[in-house]
Amino acid sequence: MAVDLNMNVLIVDDYQTMLRILRNLLRQLNFKNIEEASDGSEALKKLRAKSFGLVISDWNMEPMTGIQLLREVRADEKLKHIPFVMITAESKSENVIAAKEAGVSNYIVKPFNAETLKGKLTSVLGEF
Amino acid sequence: MATDSVDPELAARLQELGREPGDTVKVDEIADVVDSILSTMQGDLSAVDVKLYEELESLSRFITEAKTDIAALRPDEVKDEFLPKAADELDAIVEATAEATNSIMDAVGEIEDVMSKLKGKNADTLMDATTKIYEACGFQDITGQRITKVVGALHHIEEKVDALLNAFGDEIAKYKAANPKTAEEPVAEEKPSDEDLLHGPQQKEAAMSQDDIDALLASFD
Repeated sequence: MAVDLNMNVLIVDDYQTMLRILRNLLRQLNFKNIEEASDGSEALKKLRAKSFGLVISDWNMEPMTGIQLLREVRADEKLKHIPFVMITAESKSENVIAAKEAGVSNYIVKPFNAETLKGKLTSVLGEF
Repeated sequence: MATDSVDPELAARLQELGREPGDTVKVDEIADVVDSILSTMQGDLSAVDVKLYEELESLSRFITEAKTDIAALRPDEVKDEFLPKAADELDAIVEATAEATNSIMDAVGEIEDVMSKLKGKNADTLMDATTKIYEACGFQDITGQRITKVVGALHHIEEKVDALLNAFGDEIAKYKAANPKTAEEPVAEEKPSDEDLLHGPQQKEAAMSQDDIDALLASFD
């Protein structure tokens, strides 16, 4: 199944630079509708206000972290089906296990490259 | 602690110390208690008593010397000056790398505008190049997170030094009063040494602008 490149994609990170990098890389993958949030609570508000087809989130953010956001999303009947990819510098196995247990769709460790991003999104969404 | 057989004044002192909140006792108070113990050891002493007396006397001497040595390190300056300065420098690194990264991405955006008007191999080559630039810009995020951790470690050290200063009470101030640094500091009229001129990059608020520098240079004409 081809990826719907018109779907709304939410990228969540407290570093403006990383948001900009992600936005540009996703744009190069031809995603058209990309929105940003700077922490989990802002992301949750946006997710509840509009329909999204993908969430890409950092882990370390305040006040709501990426893992907390993931748990909130998976606990919400209306949101729990949304693919959720974690992109983080947290590379300990305990982090990956916690994210998996919380229902993460895929996990990318920073620093990452465009090929990794595309590969993980393909495994979550299907072929581009 | 059993204090029945101890000098009443010392027993009261020990009980008072035991009632104080927290886990730390000031170094001065420990030294006073050791002195008190020594002064209450009167009468005939056995060989064990003498050995204990010597050990306590040695401990008292050690504490006094350690107090002086640590005061000479001026931990108050470490807390008030060096640690905050180091944290500010690290924050400045994060800010500077973020600014530089954004400038790079602005430039890449302009390249992409031109790229959108191209077709074929040239467009693909530019696309690959700009993708690599975006990937490389991820260093700023990682650098920022690592530096934030170091700043956290500095704050932890600051707290420990603060606890040390509290334990020393007014010992540091006494040492500073007795050992002023004025002899080491260059007087205003003296020319700074080459070493004194090695400041490195300045914080924005402390730095002179190019206009300031031009004006200063012009003032020599």
